Amino acid sequence: MRVMVDLARCQSYGQCVFAAPEIFEISGREVLEYDSAPSDEWRLHLERARAACPVQAITIGPAAGPGKDDGQPSTVRPAADSMGVLR
Amino acid sequence: MSKSTGVDSRPVSVSDVSTPRAELFARVLDPASRANPYPIYAALRSEPVSRQSDGTWVVSGFDEIAALLHDPRISSDLRNAGQPAGGQSLIMQDPPNHDRLRAAVMGRFTPEVVESLRQGVHDLVAGLLDAAGPGTRLDLVEEIAYPLPVSVICKLLGIPPQDEARFHGWADTLARTLDLDPTMSREEQDAIDHAFTELHHYLENLVADRAEHRGDDLVSGLLTGGDHGEPLRGEELLITVRLLLIAGHETTVNLITNGMLTLLRHPDILERFRHEPDLVVPMVEELVRYEPSVQFRYRAALADIEIAGTTIPRGSVVVLLLAAGSRDPGHFTDPDRFVPDRLPNEHFGFGGGIHYCIGAPLARMEAQIVLPELVRRLVNPRLTMDPPPYRPTAALRGPRHLWVEVDGVRP
Amino acid sequence: MSGHPGNRGEHVVGEHVVIVGASLTGLHAAEALRGGGFAGRVTLVGAEPHPPYDRPSLSKRVLAGRMSADSTGLPQRQDLDAHWRLGNAAVALDRDTKTLTLDDGTALGFDKLLIATGTRARRWPDTAEAALTGVLSIRTRDDALELQARLAARPRRVLVIGAGFVGSEVASVCRELDLDVTVVERSAAPLAGALGQWAGAAAGRLQRGHGVDLRTETSVLALEGDADGRLRRVRLSDGDVLDVDVAVVALGAVRNVEWLAGSGLAIDARGVQCDPFCRAVDTDGRPCDDILVAGDVACWPHPLYEGLLAVEHWDNAVRQARVAATTILHGAVRAHTALPTFWSNQFGVNIKVVGVPGRADQVAVLQGSVERAAFVAAYGRGGRIIGALAVNTPRALDAYAEMISSRMSFPPDLNAADAPDPIRVLDLAVPAAG
Repeated sequence: MRVMVDLARCQSYGQCVFAAPEIFEISGREVLEYDSAPSDEWRLHLERARAACPVQAITIGPAAGPGKDDGQPSTVRPAADSMGVLR
Repeated sequence: MSKSTGVDSRPVSVSDVSTPRAELFARVLDPASRANPYPIYAALRSEPVSRQSDGTWVVSGFDEIAALLHDPRISSDLRNAGQPAGGQSLIMQDPPNHDRLRAAVMGRFTPEVVESLRQGVHDLVAGLLDAAGPGTRLDLVEEIAYPLPVSVICKLLGIPPQDEARFHGWADTLARTLDLDPTMSREEQDAIDHAFTELHHYLENLVADRAEHRGDDLVSGLLTGGDHGEPLRGEELLITVRLLLIAGHETTVNLITNGMLTLLRHPDILERFRHEPDLVVPMVEELVRYEPSVQFRYRAALADIEIAGTTIPRGSVVVLLLAAGSRDPGHFTDPDRFVPDRLPNEHFGFGGGIHYCIGAPLARMEAQIVLPELVRRLVNPRLTMDPPPYRPTAALRGPRHLWVEVDGVRP
Repeated sequence: MSGHPGNRGEHVVGEHVVIVGASLTGLHAAEALRGGGFAGRVTLVGAEPHPPYDRPSLSKRVLAGRMSADSTGLPQRQDLDAHWRLGNAAVALDRDTKTLTLDDGTALGFDKLLIATGTRARRWPDTAEAALTGVLSIRTRDDALELQARLAARPRRVLVIGAGFVGSEVASVCRELDLDVTVVERSAAPLAGALGQWAGAAAGRLQRGHGVDLRTETSVLALEGDADGRLRRVRLSDGDVLDVDVAVVALGAVRNVEWLAGSGLAIDARGVQCDPFCRAVDTDGRPCDDILVAGDVACWPHPLYEGLLAVEHWDNAVRQARVAATTILHGAVRAHTALPTFWSNQFGVNIKVVGVPGRADQVAVLQGSVERAAFVAAYGRGGRIIGALAVNTPRALDAYAEMISSRMSFPPDLNAADAPDPIRVLDLAVPAAG
């Protein structure tokens, strides 16, 4: 399982830190840091973090590449939405 | 009741398309629109920044709201629009003072603090549902949604259990101060003033006590200060604690109530949720998009703001119609449809920008605990009145009662 | 799983998109193609052996030893059903036969080609000095792994050559690890190329405040090694000679375009030229429908900025990849007009930038306070706002993006509640055009 935060979108609201403190932290005043390869045991917390992100900047999925075997992508985005998120 | 497609088929109470656009927001404020204001919002969105006849500017498009939530020309201090002071709490203040107060709260309202309340929320929900049984008719507002958040806030603030009942009363009365309601009666205003005074005295004593005997509660934490926040003292501390009580109470009541109402209107989704309780995680976001507790917020324009082909003049009252933005078809596919696992779901259910709801993590946690428990324990729940009766406030929208019939309450 | 069976009858047999470059851009382009319903073949060609990984964390968490290089692999949102050719660099493009040649001699035919080969670190120009053990750059996963190991071995002093964003982040990590670090910068301030002298001076104070030995208007005269070819000393233009075990060359990036020599595409030091729809432009100035460009290797005309824009930002890679995918799927219907935006975290400070501050002739702090390290500065050129810098104020920047897009006059009249009083507009040295 891999996590990626779009830090260009991220505005350090910190909701992910509440949802999944095992994975996300705010260091300093506004610097978001996160574990990009968390253990599967935090799956539910990670889903909470992704849902709670006010700017929807969190992506979860299996590691990209050939022969990926550490889980399936959690959600397939409909095409309209994956485009619609761009403003 | 809805069709099984999940499309909202409630009667449109405002089908009168002849309302001039400049009068539409007055109709939003009209209690008669409370059950379903969304058609009015849709009409407003056809001009996403719309001047009303009373001179206020209503912003209803997603992009425009998003822009203004982050705009430094937008003030939360309504004195900048010639309005009376709305109170000195941080939600009515601008940077830098806002930032200082918010940092003080955030420094102590930490993930650990929220997490420490989790078991208590489970226990409270269990207790409330135990008390609700074994009848076949219950009011989810009075029996579940209303008592829970006040009790949680009291735990957070370290209020002794024997004083909780008084807090319930104050929270109820003071929730109305979040609205800028010109129709408020003299009696209501007096009741608010009285509640303010009583609460103020109570909190003064509480703070004095905590200053002597620090505990692990939030009031003690605010007195002590945190990593990035200085300690709060005196009047600022009282006002901040009062805000947490008021802002954190009714919004959560409405989240829970609107949540159950929406689920009961979508039996197919309710059934799915029964078998898939983790659906609550994305569903809470969809609930605050689809039926948000906070429908709009007032702001003031500090400078002329060119937006959406028009100019909001300096000194104007600006209404950010968050609930309309969260149903903007320009941003959401099928916005009037309740999609419990909608993704992505970038909504204004908790606001946005520097005033983003401080209590959002706690509200999410409460909703994520109470909704699956209600669905698990209530046997065959049915709405007995749809739409239910609503509280009068337009900005903070939610049912006054939500009566349901059940075949029983599971242990 | 949704799946994308490769042989759906309704699609033209052999419809094949080849993406050269298996990094952030390539991955996002492939995702956008599948997300948009593309059911043909997708091949991703990558010179590195690694599947797509997250570069920004390399110069931060990975270097600090708080994250393994293995953990940098990017997630994918959906099944890509792609053919991966990792560890194979592209060496030639024949547009007439629509054939790509790989370094193992494989010839790959394509219907559409996306060029996303990105950049590589600019090497230290003296090859003998560059070959010394301990002289490194940081661009790839393997670079980061090696540098992390060298930092973990606690060198006497780290030399960072170049105080752009990467160099400054490396210096930040060194201080976090309590390592002595000297940063050498030829210009008058760090980050000055991207943010101008004024913000650069503030960044310099930040670095020095964190214990960095920052030497501006200074250059490296020589890197000196011992008999075993290990870096031991650096000789600086200010006359100092410092004992150093590690030197990080952070002199910017070079576009990976050499393999396109002779392809007939318009290419220069800024990269492969394309139109707003990501279609590569040939040397006659005509856009090619079948060859697209995205990410760090691309340069393109932006409606708000003169000349061609070439940026090396994470956000641009993602957005331009999506535009390229749209062009592949639907033709030239959606232009890439997103404002450049990027971030950096260093010395505990969050920096976000929108627009192109590096081209500005004026700057003014419009919100907050530089002393309290939380402020927004806007940048103007010719009386229009063209960029903004948000330091520890990440929620402020969207509004400035709007102002830039709507070409507001500079300085904008905001009357912000947290504006400095008075607002001071400072002139900046006008940077060279382009």
